[in-house]
Amino acid sequence: MSEGPPGGGSGRVALRQKSAEILVAALFFCLGAVVVYDSVRLGFRWADDGPQAGYFPFYIGLVICIASLVNLGVALAARQDRDKVFVQVGQIKLVLAVLVPTAVYAALIKPIGLYEASVLFVAYFMRWLGKYAWWKIAAVAVGNSLFFLVIFELWFQIPLPKSAVAEWVAATLRWVAAALRPIVNAVLSVF
Amino acid sequence: MEELQSLAHGFVIALSWKNLALMFTGIILGVIIGVLPGLGGANGVAILLPLTFGMAQLPGGTTSAIILLSCIYWGALFGGAITSILFNIPGEPWSVATTFDGYPMAQQGKPGEALTAAFTSSFVGALIAVIVITFLSPIVARFALEFGPPEYFSVYLLTFCAFIGMSKEPPFKTLAAMMLGFALAAVGTDPVTGALRMTFGTTHLLTGFDFLIAVIGLFGIGEILLTLEEGLAFKGGRARLNLKVVLETWKELPKYWLTSIRSSVVGCFMGIVPGGATPASFMSYGVARRFSKDGDKFGTGKIEGVVAPETAAHAAGTAALLPMITLGVPGSPTAAVLLGGLLIWGLQPGPLLFVEQKEFVWGLIASMYLGNIAGLIVVLTCVPLFAAILRVPFSVIAPIIMVICAIGAYTVHNSMFDVWMMVVFGVAGYVFKKLQYPLAPMVLAIVLGDRAEAAFRQAMLGSAGDLSVLFSNALVGSLTSLALLLLFWPLISLVWSRIRRASA
Repeated sequence: MSEGPPGGGSGRVALRQKSAEILVAALFFCLGAVVVYDSVRLGFRWADDGPQAGYFPFYIGLVICIASLVNLGVALAARQDRDKVFVQVGQIKLVLAVLVPTAVYAALIKPIGLYEASVLFVAYFMRWLGKYAWWKIAAVAVGNSLFFLVIFELWFQIPLPKSAVAEWVAATLRWVAAALRPIVNAVLSVF
Repeated sequence: MEELQSLAHGFVIALSWKNLALMFTGIILGVIIGVLPGLGGANGVAILLPLTFGMAQLPGGTTSAIILLSCIYWGALFGGAITSILFNIPGEPWSVATTFDGYPMAQQGKPGEALTAAFTSSFVGALIAVIVITFLSPIVARFALEFGPPEYFSVYLLTFCAFIGMSKEPPFKTLAAMMLGFALAAVGTDPVTGALRMTFGTTHLLTGFDFLIAVIGLFGIGEILLTLEEGLAFKGGRARLNLKVVLETWKELPKYWLTSIRSSVVGCFMGIVPGGATPASFMSYGVARRFSKDGDKFGTGKIEGVVAPETAAHAAGTAALLPMITLGVPGSPTAAVLLGGLLIWGLQPGPLLFVEQKEFVWGLIASMYLGNIAGLIVVLTCVPLFAAILRVPFSVIAPIIMVICAIGAYTVHNSMFDVWMMVVFGVAGYVFKKLQYPLAPMVLAIVLGDRAEAAFRQAMLGSAGDLSVLFSNALVGSLTSLALLLLFWPLISLVWSRIRRASA
């Protein structure tokens, strides 16, 4: 059902508006069809005890299908010469250069811990997009993770996935905070 | 004057040191969220919601939690104006109309006047909306106590039909996006029969899609991807705001009292009927231009062109909380997230709140008065600071925002699957935004889907499957008729303009 970018255009266009419209409308139709399919499986009629589980979703799915068919029709009827560009090659490269690392980042959170993954992610961004010096990158990336570690592990006590290293840092910081508390209280009591 | 008594009690609650501190924290966080690309009212509140889980369990904690979150919302509303005026970048969709005259004013060396006008009219709009809430919401709540399932379903119907009738986006795209939201809400265990719907054998989908994840992905990640593609340079004037400029602008503002009142009315109406802040600001800008003596000079840096959209946007944003607390039907995506918060804290939004949770409701309403005063003080004094945030290069701020989004998504259920879903929703948000599929009705549908379905099923059970129950009495009948009128509004206006053109 999908339609590739029409050939013959300039190489800078990655996807035309019309193709994108058609693609998304078709996707909506498929999703609607899945909803209808599953609702039929569950039963979308009336049972003795009232509406079955698929009663409401069935019509939802049906409306998605109808609406996406209209959208598909509108997209197909759009004139080719008034066609706008959905995304250019340069733009899609930029978007993918962020999206792919984000996916890698999400994949790394579990195995190496959220704080370490965040250091790598921020560092990659600053190096690749900003071309910063390494010492600046290290300062911002590590500082950022330390900041969130203090906020989540110490202050709000919400555990995030973390490695042994982050665990050790959190424990140390907790110990320092506990050690400082009597001193702070003593200073405050003077006033 | 029972309301005033309850309100006075609310002020006592809201004026505790803890709540005042939370108020200022919320406002400052909110302005920062409003200024940053990729973070806005809705997903900012969504990300910070898990932090309030612990807070809400203390006695009186739910009031503190809602004060914090609603103040983030006010802050975000204020913050949107800063970027529009100084950088010509609307930080929030509802401040797009503020750029029309705000940015030219800044270019002409009058950023101080524009900012003061924007903040002050935001404050005025919010104040009028809160007064409306104070006196109207107890009445609406009392009225709504009589509602049965058919009435509730017709209110939901009205909410969603209003989106189709009033949005700028093509109606069938609005419909498709909205229904996708309903479908996502239906995923998981059916609350009535216990059957598993659309889980296709995976355990991850047993509890369905959480709207918080959808909000963080659609609005957060999607927005970052869009910003990235549009280029990364921020060019803009510096902010100078001193007392003299503020006082001089204040002297000039009363001249525009009629514009303010008109915009407040438009804003309150659009906020209560879920049109939302964004159309309200555009509509009010258009109305002001038509009624103004020098309407043709709009767009060249008229102070009136800043007053009108800002008043309306803030009035609408505030008024959107009225249906949220009285009926449990939010008027905007951010109000929807706040409603989700109420549900998570164990409160049942709806008319019973006014009976069972008096302290919560009136504490919240009192905090709206105080929060907006606090907001005005904070933004007037700290503008240079907030503007400086925008000078942090995008390559530094973008990954940090992404990390914040990821943490926010993870902490909702402590699940990695949610982080993945956030990325998927982010891509969807990027594509939908580019193709004009509106996100607000989709988010509202995810939040309200289960409740709307429950109301529908109960109504159908009561009438044994007869749809005419939606017209069974005057109240439900008029609600349903109004909903249908709004649903077919695009068609009606099309036919109407054809007839007019034919006769002309």
